[in-house]
Amino acid sequence: MAHAHKLEILRGLIKFKSNTQKIWGVLILLSIITAVEVVLGIYKPESLMAKFIGMKILNWIFIILTIVKAYYITWDFMHMRDETASLRRMVVWTAVFLICYLIFILLQEGGYIEGIYSTGYVKKDF
Amino acid sequence: MDTTVVNTGTEVKAWGGGNKPLNASYGKMMMWFFIVSDALTFSGFLAAYGFSRFKFIESWPIADEVFTHIPFYHEPAPMIYVAFMTFILIMSSVTMVLAVDAGHHMNKAKVTFYMFLTIIGGLIFVGSQAWEWATFIKGDYGAVQTKGGNILQFVDTDGHRVALSDFAISESNERVQHEQKDGIWFSSEGTLPSYTVDEVYKGLEANPNILVRTELLDEHGHKTVLSREESIEQLKNNGKLVVEGANLHVNEYGTSLFANFFFFITGFHGFHVFSGVVINIIIFFNVILGTYEKRKNYEMVEKVGLYWHFVDLVWVFVFTFFYLV
Repeated sequence: MAHAHKLEILRGLIKFKSNTQKIWGVLILLSIITAVEVVLGIYKPESLMAKFIGMKILNWIFIILTIVKAYYITWDFMHMRDETASLRRMVVWTAVFLICYLIFILLQEGGYIEGIYSTGYVKKDF
Repeated sequence: MDTTVVNTGTEVKAWGGGNKPLNASYGKMMMWFFIVSDALTFSGFLAAYGFSRFKFIESWPIADEVFTHIPFYHEPAPMIYVAFMTFILIMSSVTMVLAVDAGHHMNKAKVTFYMFLTIIGGLIFVGSQAWEWATFIKGDYGAVQTKGGNILQFVDTDGHRVALSDFAISESNERVQHEQKDGIWFSSEGTLPSYTVDEVYKGLEANPNILVRTELLDEHGHKTVLSREESIEQLKNNGKLVVEGANLHVNEYGTSLFANFFFFITGFHGFHVFSGVVINIIIFFNVILGTYEKRKNYEMVEKVGLYWHFVDLVWVFVFTFFYLV
């Protein structure tokens, strides 16, 4: 079993001395991200309510922070950082491609039906 | 493991066998493949949720108004409890990875201790989720469903929510819940709401400071409040059913799809956490019995750990799409 863990996160910005130390470091990072999400979720600053590519900037921030969290859970807790590149790509690329495809299809369709409801002749308010 | 062929004598040829391009054991690789397929299942559910939400983007319930409860604390406080749940799950992920790390060092005592903490974290999370479900099912203010399936909620002139029990006028009522013992043995019905639509309507007429709030969101993302005349008109013409709490048929917070997806997705995730706890307990006892000590490696802890982290990973997304976005 690979005892050689890669001990750098943030592209070498932070280097840890041991694997245990890295785990606590990643916990602190994840907690900070979650705290930021919760604070933004409670106060919902008015300045972030503007739309950007069909969605509020605030929602984009939430989604990006979530993906960042997912990255650190996968890379450091699930030790993806220490696996071979081929295993990593097999898992990550497959999932990312299929999920992106699915999301695109379903959200596109949902938006289309919403358009039919609001501009067509479907009565909903009764 | 001794029976596995590790050397076929044809290593010089690339296809001669014995190559390990992924450098991972069979069990670990299969756990990864299972995780990929399970991730796709969860994405399917979450994308379906997104589909329904985009379909009803103008009237979707506001999560901050739905999940506002904290045990033993009676002021509405959105986000706090679910943030606590998230933290518990991340924390139990940390103890799990510490157990894996201790396993690499063949430290049985530490593995046992961290596995124990992981199980406790998982149980706290499942318990919290059960509580969250119970609160959601119970509901807090009550609402009236219209003929078209829309939800009408009630607010005072300042825009604060008003519970049905604060203004509905109770009348003597002949309608009682039909039970099996009263009629045909195979027919019964669910609990009746505390009020009838008529009682709510009389209460609305008698209290001039109460208005109806519809599901529709205005351009600032707030729910539309009707004028006094419109309120009375709407309830009189369209009110059909009094709704208290949420279940798979009705939902006092808005469209019933919201409740359906909430129960289905958090339920499926909760089931994963529950089975994760069960698997963790099995491995915990194996560690205590010294199974992995005899095997001279703790890889099983690592494989279970992968599953446990995956459950945490899914929760991160559920948290975002149900409570934040």
